[in-house]
Amino acid sequence: MTQDPLSSIIATEAQMLEGGWELIVGLEVHVELATKTKLFSGSPNHFGDEPNTNIDPVTLGLPGALPVLNKQAVELAMRIGVALNCSIQPCIFHRKNYFYPDMPKAYQISQYDIPLNIDGFLVLPSGTRIGVERAHLEEDTGKSTHVGGATGRIHGSDYSLIDFNRAGVPLVEIVSRPDIRTSEHAKEYVAELRAILEVIGASDAKMEEGSMRVDANVSVHKPGTMFGTRCEIKNVNSIRALGRAIDYEARRQIDVLDSGGTIRQETRHWDDAEGRTHTLRVKEDADDYRYFPEPDLVPLAPSAEWVQAVRDNLPMLPAARRTALSALTGYDTQSEAVIVVVERGQHDYVQAVVDAGGDAVRALIYVQQGFADAGPVPAVPADDLAKLTVLERDAKLSATQAKTVLAELVEHGGGDAAAIAAAKGFEAMDTSAVEAMVDEAIAADPGAWAKYMAGDEKASGAIVGRVMKASQGKADGKIVTAIMQSRRG
Amino acid sequence: MATIPTTASGIAAAIASKQISAREVIDSYLAQITARETDIHAFNLVTADAARAHADAIDADIAAGRPIGPLAGVPIAIKDNLCTHGIETTCSSKILEGWKPPYDATVVSRLRDAGAIMVGKTNLDEFAMGSSTENSAFGPTRNPLDTSRVPGGSSGGSAAAVAAGFAPVSLGSDTGGSIRQPAAMCGVVGVKPTYGLVSRYGLCAYASSLDQVGPFATTVADAALITEAIAGHDAMDSTSIPQPAPALVASVSQGVAGMRIGRVTDLPAGAEPEVIARLNEAFAALESAGATIVDITLPSLSYALTAYYLIAPAEASSNLARYDGVRYGLRVNAVDTNSMYGATRAAGFGDEVKRRIMLGTYALSAGYYDAYYGKALKVRRLIAEDFERAYAQVDVILTPTSPVVAFPFGDKVDDPMAMYLCDIYTIPTNLAGHPAMSVPFGTGAHGMPVGIQVLAPALGEAPMFRVGGALENAAGGVK
Repeated sequence: MTQDPLSSIIATEAQMLEGGWELIVGLEVHVELATKTKLFSGSPNHFGDEPNTNIDPVTLGLPGALPVLNKQAVELAMRIGVALNCSIQPCIFHRKNYFYPDMPKAYQISQYDIPLNIDGFLVLPSGTRIGVERAHLEEDTGKSTHVGGATGRIHGSDYSLIDFNRAGVPLVEIVSRPDIRTSEHAKEYVAELRAILEVIGASDAKMEEGSMRVDANVSVHKPGTMFGTRCEIKNVNSIRALGRAIDYEARRQIDVLDSGGTIRQETRHWDDAEGRTHTLRVKEDADDYRYFPEPDLVPLAPSAEWVQAVRDNLPMLPAARRTALSALTGYDTQSEAVIVVVERGQHDYVQAVVDAGGDAVRALIYVQQGFADAGPVPAVPADDLAKLTVLERDAKLSATQAKTVLAELVEHGGGDAAAIAAAKGFEAMDTSAVEAMVDEAIAADPGAWAKYMAGDEKASGAIVGRVMKASQGKADGKIVTAIMQSRRG
Repeated sequence: MATIPTTASGIAAAIASKQISAREVIDSYLAQITARETDIHAFNLVTADAARAHADAIDADIAAGRPIGPLAGVPIAIKDNLCTHGIETTCSSKILEGWKPPYDATVVSRLRDAGAIMVGKTNLDEFAMGSSTENSAFGPTRNPLDTSRVPGGSSGGSAAAVAAGFAPVSLGSDTGGSIRQPAAMCGVVGVKPTYGLVSRYGLCAYASSLDQVGPFATTVADAALITEAIAGHDAMDSTSIPQPAPALVASVSQGVAGMRIGRVTDLPAGAEPEVIARLNEAFAALESAGATIVDITLPSLSYALTAYYLIAPAEASSNLARYDGVRYGLRVNAVDTNSMYGATRAAGFGDEVKRRIMLGTYALSAGYYDAYYGKALKVRRLIAEDFERAYAQVDVILTPTSPVVAFPFGDKVDDPMAMYLCDIYTIPTNLAGHPAMSVPFGTGAHGMPVGIQVLAPALGEAPMFRVGGALENAAGGVK
């Protein structure tokens, strides 16, 4: 047998699991769209309101009520399609029929064989390209709370409460191809997807609030053979949980296979507290959804002009932002600093600091290290931060001193870096004073110096530490290192 | 006191010109209901008090010189599958008994805005599934012309209400003939407009791609008047055609000179001989009024019934899934949720509804979809293509409305196939989405009325009403 034609991506040796097993993961991500109103009615799409206040005859599936498609939802779904490099096509809606108390009509209006967005891809920050099979529109269900009983599930509960505020909220389901080979890539995919969705304003994409929900299809096989039977993992509520769930599930499947067993196709529930998955239902029990074209809606065929307008108005995506930030700072697109700063949406701020005359590298590092909780638009004026980067670059302040001043800027939401430095008595030490301190430090710890002279770079830490202590942090670490290197010859 | 006119247009004119009050009109119709409703059972609910209050409000508006609507004071009966705000809407099903919608169907609010006064909610076959109104959970409606016979269905209550003089006009819904067939059997005019001409918002769905609301009336002109009042784009219905209501009343008296009338030479057999005789007389009458009769064929017509009984039940199985006991209507408690669904639906639905839900569920099931539902959709396209070819040659097509006249109670109730065959001539237009109407044209066996059906292409209501008007004129001369 040959490699499954579904995916031509083969794990690298480093990505293989022990025993020669290859992990195959595909992700189904549901995101709630940030529309004003619901997908098929005028009720507000708003999280956290009093239960059953954002409802109407359409939401409740009352007899005679009919759906009318929300244009803004289509626009946001197309933005997702464009951002994920999909083709946008004329499409139709289907009914997915099944009974559940929080499903008001006993069918969900979704898209089936002719979805809005098809055949796209997402490039992970680390460079791997993950195929996106489709991204289709559908409506959300209500939310059930099962009271009583041990499990918190409907079975065995005393009664259930249903909040229909969420029913009819627009969702886009983004289905990846089974191109993911490691749990790290799965996490990276979701993090990047979330960043994209935020940037394009399609969704607030909060896994914790349920506005982004991730199901993982996990299987293992030996390369060169057909894919293994997959299990769908549900109830994964954070990116960290996703990685743990995939790792657990892969291990479980390998254990079953290694001991001569077979994998049943089933849906499994991730229990984050226990750190394991449980069988939720096996495929034989699966509903026959009896999909058929939704007769209450007409086909959706976005005009070429509309698609082009969506394309033209798409903001710069995270990948392009990383490239730009990399060009600005010289840091690699895959470096921690660049990834983190773009993820936080602070790339424009770094650019502003540079535009104000700041040093690019220092701006990036300050923002990465000092602005973790500052949001996309930090309170510190770009101008103020620019001045601090210049003071450090011009050796008016040591790195340690600059860090102290940065903390002051962050605390007070800005300020004059030079004045703060002066008030703290910071002044750059002249090199001869530093040289004297280095010599004193060498004399005080000859053992460390001997190791350093023998080529043990780590041993320099002890000497540098002594100089820093003696100078009360005023000495510039780089200058100290340079002096030591010149002494070593 | 002036005599009360028998037509909606006559009533509206008399009230607007202050010859008669709206209260006098409504009292007269309510008196007729009091006199005969026990025998007929046209209504699930008579809204007498609200009707009188509405009439008084219109009279007050007229007295104060305030503007009134074009149908001000016209009594109208509404099929009980159209939602009426705060007024029980049951679809003649136990599963919805007692349910009061929090909103009006668009057609209901348009009629109210026009000043029409609702006299009550009319009986129907449960969820509009049937051809005799015997499938109502609240007992059958009897034909006012012979109370031992059915009024047809599913809009039997609305047809009987007009035939019995309970209201000059009424609304029904037509999925496979549910307006035209009872109109024919009760000797009144019934119209199924083009799919999308009239909003379905607030019509409890049976088969969404086929359902259409339309009027019953005693005259073709009244039917045109009510069609005008309820037609036109509605933003609440995505399948609503985005254009305003057409002017139709004027067409009724335009005559048929120069029109081409199609005669289907391969019409499915089975019609009673008297029905065929009336059809031939209808062709003769139109020809003498200046129309040309053109022979056409509709070869796919013989598959229409089969296709309909896959498509309609398939959609119904999904549309009726919402009656699950969770949010409204009947709930029969049980040990767990799935058992509650089963117990509720077992107790709440009648046999015919269950039969169609099962049929439709099967037709959509994995492994059967292509063979049944998928194939039925192909037949639907073939029928539409047949009509398209035919309408290249003719303006309208004439057929019988029903193969049979109104039959006695119990005659077909145990034989679903015989019952389904009542709709053999009406179903094809629903599948095509076209308009059609039934016009009373003499009588058949047992002296019961015969209806002639006028079919027209999409949005061909104007030529349809021209022919309807001509048939009405000629009907006086037939037996």
